[in-house]
Amino acid sequence: MDFAIFLKILVAAVAAGTPFVYAALGELVTEKSGVLNLGVEGMMLVGAITGFIAMAKTGSLLLAVACGMAAGALMAAIFGVLTLTLMANQVASGLALTIFGVGLSAFLGLNYTSIALPGIAKLHIPLLSDIPVLGKLLFSYDILVYGSLALFFLVSWFLYKTRAGLILRGIGEAPKSAHALGYNVIGIRYLAVLFGGAMAGLGGVYLSVAYTPVWVQGMVAGRGWVSLALVVFATWRPLRVLFGAYLFGAITIAQFHIQGLGIDIPSQLLSMLPYLATIIVLVIISRDLTAIRLNSPASLGITYHPENQ
Amino acid sequence: MITKKGIFSIAILAACVLGLALSATAAEKLKIGFVYVSPIGDAGWTYQHNLGRLALEKNLGDKVETKYVEKVPEGPEAERVIRNLANSGYDLIFTTSFGYMNPTLKVARMFPKKYFEHCTGYKTAKNVGTYMCRYYQGRYLAGIIAGKMTKSNIMGYVAAFPIPEVIRGINAFTLGARSVNPDVKVKVIWVNSWFDPGKEREAAEAMIAQGADVITHHTDSTAPVLTAEEKGVYAIAYHSDMSKYGPKAQLTAVTHNYGKFYTKVAQSVLDHTWKPEAVWSGIKEGSIKLAPINPVVPKDVVALVEKTTKEIAEGTFKPFHGPIKDQSGKLIVAAGKALTDKDLLAMNYYVEGVQGSIPK
Repeated sequence: MDFAIFLKILVAAVAAGTPFVYAALGELVTEKSGVLNLGVEGMMLVGAITGFIAMAKTGSLLLAVACGMAAGALMAAIFGVLTLTLMANQVASGLALTIFGVGLSAFLGLNYTSIALPGIAKLHIPLLSDIPVLGKLLFSYDILVYGSLALFFLVSWFLYKTRAGLILRGIGEAPKSAHALGYNVIGIRYLAVLFGGAMAGLGGVYLSVAYTPVWVQGMVAGRGWVSLALVVFATWRPLRVLFGAYLFGAITIAQFHIQGLGIDIPSQLLSMLPYLATIIVLVIISRDLTAIRLNSPASLGITYHPENQ
Repeated sequence: MITKKGIFSIAILAACVLGLALSATAAEKLKIGFVYVSPIGDAGWTYQHNLGRLALEKNLGDKVETKYVEKVPEGPEAERVIRNLANSGYDLIFTTSFGYMNPTLKVARMFPKKYFEHCTGYKTAKNVGTYMCRYYQGRYLAGIIAGKMTKSNIMGYVAAFPIPEVIRGINAFTLGARSVNPDVKVKVIWVNSWFDPGKEREAAEAMIAQGADVITHHTDSTAPVLTAEEKGVYAIAYHSDMSKYGPKAQLTAVTHNYGKFYTKVAQSVLDHTWKPEAVWSGIKEGSIKLAPINPVVPKDVVALVEKTTKEIAEGTFKPFHGPIKDQSGKLIVAAGKALTDKDLLAMNYYVEGVQGSIPK
């Protein structure tokens, strides 16, 4: 395989990995606060169709992004009310949210299946984009890809460099102690859940507006579940989530290239490869048990209510 | 107790008789049910079946009443849906996906007075007919256009699952392309999904990166055509006309048209002349058509396609005529011979010009 193709694989991998970056980083923040929201797939779908409708109606990417995020957050708010206020089981509520999102997005999208959007332009930065290899690798994407990188820096900085991030992590570890210290556990968890929903929605918008600019039912096609898995296998570390997302993207693209070149490996095996390789690599890099225990939020998935303690 | 039970069963019997009588009077309007595997959507397999249903309604007007159930998973759920339709007075039921074969046959045994038509299956019964289209005829024609339009002589084929129907399409497309351009090579990428726009895009993109300048697909979404449009290469769409997704890219599309067939079957039920048949219709019957050909295609190519279309319709030309060699160069069909329907249905090899091997 020559270098030009290798470069194309890398560039395509970044684009393919971007929806995972958004959704997984959002879910990471949610989980760091101790809430497990399994509704990512549903939130992504609703975000995708809402963003798509906004884009089709107005042609404004900004509005599409805003609507997609709002819709994702709204879905997350339903989950929040169920699990944080009504204290329903998080796993069951999350699954229900996904099922609801699949149906709702299909319903909202009924009249939008026949529209094709023009897609969004790749940024072209004079000089930078023209650098032979680096220009293509670093400066040839659309704005949403750069947005996902910005999100990565933001989340890393927030969680590990700010006081608010410390409080959020504290709540995920020991909500009771955080409550005793006077923090509003439920309120902060709500914010984390809403943020996760907004980012899942944005991941959906990227799919329906930028990556494959059409609306088709169920177009997220399991990417929400992959995002959830990425968070766990990356042991709740933003950098590993980013790495895992691109790795998954790269292997997905590479296996298509291998098929296209006619190399004789069963395609079913190749289709499995992204999942397998990503899990193996992430498990290997995060095999330190102490680190896993330190990174995984101790109260993840456990319903908490201050008055019952 | 016994008497009570007796009265009860008599009551049920009476209700049944009454019900039968009622359904008999209502039966003047033929109720037709359709079972779809995916959402009606806009451009895929089910969309074309639904267009067929609408054409049937239009053609037969108030003699028929139709209903469809979409997104029915293949398996036990399908059996329930088909049985429900049969139970609620639908006398003719079209089940439009391969995986409905056994559920359809099972329900048909329970309702011997009702008629069933199963799409793409190979088992008929007293009250079950099958139907499918010679999609490969359209593929061959599209291949001619692709073979004339390519500059790199490399084509990309996004494929779903390695079953004979898909392989037949790949081979027919390749034969069509190589009939006008013997240097053509066809790359195939299996995405192992009927429907995943993201993967379909990634597969198309990979082949374009490897030099393909005509993309076609046997998957359900419009993503391959969109990708071709974005990357500035040509595309041949499948199932339906996708030109609005790729106005520059789409050279033509191989479209499925079930309207005529559905009308014919419904009419035969109305006339009480229905027979279980295994119908395999194509260009001749109007089930397979090419969408309007993109104006960039030169006139002489269009003329060639029209001529071949006519010959296929008349039966004087068969896409799978000899000499056909497989990938290893072994002669499969000698000159002057053509593959029989039986051979076509069991196709499990690539012809010369296709790259890679069929996943086993």
